[in-house]
Amino acid sequence: MSLKSVSLESLHQTLGAKLVPFAGYNMPVQYPTGIIKEHVHTRTAAGLFDVSHMGQVVVSGDGVVAALEALMPADLEGLGINAQTYSLLTNAAGGVIDDLIVTRWADDEFMLVINAGCKDKDLEHLRAHLSTVTLEVLDQHSLLALQGPKARAVMNELIPETKGLVFMTGTPAEFEGTQVYVTCSGYTGEDGFEISVPNSQVEALAQKLLAHKDVLPIGLGARDSLRLEAGLCLYGHELAEDISPIQAGLKWAIAKARRPEGARAGGYLGSDIIESQWTGGADTMRVGLKVLGKRPVREGAALFDAEQRPIGTVCSGGFGATLEQPVAMAYIKAESAALGTALVADVRGKLVDVEVAKTPFVAQRYFRG
Amino acid sequence: MSQSPAELRYVSSHEWVRVEDDGTATIGITNHAQEALGDVVFVELPELGAQLGAGDEAGVVESVKAASDIYAPLGGEIIAINENLEDSPEVINEDPYGDGWFFKMRLDDASSVNDLLTAEQYDASCEA
Repeated sequence: MSLKSVSLESLHQTLGAKLVPFAGYNMPVQYPTGIIKEHVHTRTAAGLFDVSHMGQVVVSGDGVVAALEALMPADLEGLGINAQTYSLLTNAAGGVIDDLIVTRWADDEFMLVINAGCKDKDLEHLRAHLSTVTLEVLDQHSLLALQGPKARAVMNELIPETKGLVFMTGTPAEFEGTQVYVTCSGYTGEDGFEISVPNSQVEALAQKLLAHKDVLPIGLGARDSLRLEAGLCLYGHELAEDISPIQAGLKWAIAKARRPEGARAGGYLGSDIIESQWTGGADTMRVGLKVLGKRPVREGAALFDAEQRPIGTVCSGGFGATLEQPVAMAYIKAESAALGTALVADVRGKLVDVEVAKTPFVAQRYFRG
Repeated sequence: MSQSPAELRYVSSHEWVRVEDDGTATIGITNHAQEALGDVVFVELPELGAQLGAGDEAGVVESVKAASDIYAPLGGEIIAINENLEDSPEVINEDPYGDGWFFKMRLDDASSVNDLLTAEQYDASCEA
């Protein structure tokens, strides 16, 4: 299968990026700066990410609120215009088809941002269940993210509509005469923005942002280590068709109105199974792992308790460049999941001491006004 | 692509070897290897005094992205290890042929170094 290209591919090449196949796209994993410095730069200044491989889908029409609420545990009825929410496309077994961000553009119009690797199956699922509303894939739009403590100043200067924009809200805006849509969101744990921009204008916007002294281009390698430090789930690692939101520790992503005894409780695919775990919990759950020592503990490493009994597997592991320590997340048996529990990871035959730790590993710094 | 230093010898598994005046050999990983690995965050070095055969595992280097084994390019005894790498593994990226050395060996057969790749041969093997 041939790799798909994002509109900025030639800019990435000019910037010296190392391009690798990711979810069917040829994407920059790092620039000459290197993953650790890119990570630290995002935490201390501002990093520009090209996330145009992600899917942007607009769903609209009469009855769209009810139609979407049947597919995800979100409170879309209560979502204000230009507000957004993190949610999950669930399946009938109570697992997760994808995680996504939903933004309300108008009373009967929503924009969904979905994972690149899930795009095809998501669209099939959405088309199968949303036959009465209109679904449009914005494949003529790119998506850029500017993240970090200096992102706000940079954006306010370039796109004044972003002044005062708080976490999980968006606004239509203009960039050099072109209509764009900017949200205050991202996946690094930092304050920042995501900009949906026509492909024809994305290079001009990227160049403008990169011209700022505080902004560096950041690849997917640092994006992964940043989201891991921020304790955020990545589909295919923490989330899968056979993992429930309760196991994933995503109770917070089930809107109040959709919880047991909420105003519109249940009513989404798999809600019966998810509700059955609501109070009792699940037998396995996602935890953070503090790694003692410097040896990285990576995805797939088997975990054992103090009595050498197998109790789970690492789902994401890497180097937390802010902490200057390896960090990981894992699925383990609930009885071993108490904070501070000492466990052992088998890293290719070497035993590494780890400890159940709270996430995020690095405090989230979202701007809430 | 950059040319590897002509005064060193190489193995296709991306280690370099420098024979010192006293006949011992210093071993590290090549610039090509450190570039491919990316930022190094952890190194496991062999034990002092270990007797290794050519091609034996001699340690591990781990970058942000991946883990990679290090092999003894030739047979011999480990007589020094670069302990500085444990606290500062980034010197492997910064100075792979200098401060980023891994270990030193007393070779079983000093002439065996002549069987290793020259810089030109190694660079050609990287391009293949």
